[in-house]
Amino acid sequence: MELAAIQTRVGAVHPDALVPTDEGAAYLSMTPEHWADVAQLLRSDEELRFNVLMCLTGYDRGPGEPLGVAYNLHSMDKLHKLEVRIEVPRDGGKIPSVAQIWRTAEWHEREAYDLFGITFVGHPDLRRILLPEDWEGYPLRKDYKEPDYYRGIPVPKDKRGWE
Amino acid sequence: MAVSLVNRFEQDNIIVEQIDNLLNWARAGSPWYFQFGLACCAIEMMAAAAPRYDLERFGAMPRSSPRQADVMIVAGTVTLKMATRVKRLYEQMANPKYVISMGSCANSGGPYWQYGYHVLKGVDLVVPVDVYVPGCPPRPEALMQGLLELQKKIKEDTPLRRVS
Ligand code: SF4
Repeated sequence: MELAAIQTRVGAVHPDALVPTDEGAAYLSMTPEHWADVAQLLRSDEELRFNVLMCLTGYDRGPGEPLGVAYNLHSMDKLHKLEVRIEVPRDGGKIPSVAQIWRTAEWHEREAYDLFGITFVGHPDLRRILLPEDWEGYPLRKDYKEPDYYRGIPVPKDKRGWE
Repeated sequence: MAVSLVNRFEQDNIIVEQIDNLLNWARAGSPWYFQFGLACCAIEMMAAAAPRYDLERFGAMPRSSPRQADVMIVAGTVTLKMATRVKRLYEQMANPKYVISMGSCANSGGPYWQYGYHVLKGVDLVVPVDVYVPGCPPRPEALMQGLLELQKKIKEDTPLRRVS
């Protein structure tokens, strides 16, 4: 199925879920509120059957702009692809977890949580996955400031004597 | 340590030597290393240990436990998360212990010196380093030279006269 047909199919069931996108965009934008239902539809609908979550990526559009998550889906049965994007505010942004629908999402959502601070509601085990548990802040946000010390270890390069 | 032999009786197979030198000879001849393969440099360390370069001809054998190791070869990028573990494992090694820092990352943060928020800018910030091997990654020959330098250093040690 082409993107427009998928959009029509999703829009027929969940008309409120879709957010208008720019002309020529190669993805569907969604609201977080309906995402759990839409994801279920994408997975199990006879015509859509997106049974593989290829990738889940967090992104940051810059200070003051929303954070987002992009889901790249693929259907082994129908051999079509889809990208879904969901954007949430920087502070307290919440997206329903799809870890129960696509198992791939479990660790990928933890990664997006770890590095961008996006909360996935309903995730079975939402902890940091790469950084240590006691790390502060979300390093891939564009307004991130690296700490001076981590557990007493200096973090920035000591440049004294360089000139 | 043949050079410093005090006396040698060819007929009786007896050698008179300082105990210091005997200990150094034994230590320098078996620097079993605790392998810290943390990133790309680890591949070169493995190559150095493999038959083509064969670190074992210098008595260096890879160990996976700090209790059995004399030398720690830190090969690769030390993240801050790993740094706390590197330090703990170093503390678990038995004395005498030595550290070889292999590659730019372990020496100084390497390519991550500026924007690596998660990378330790040199493993010498957490453990004392005896030999630095430069390179990104250093070739196995370079690591071998580092090990030979360490052996030289060990041979100059005076374990029985150490004031501490
Ligand atoms: S020094 Fe270079 S080769 Fe070695 S771990 Fe760092 S980036 Fe990799």
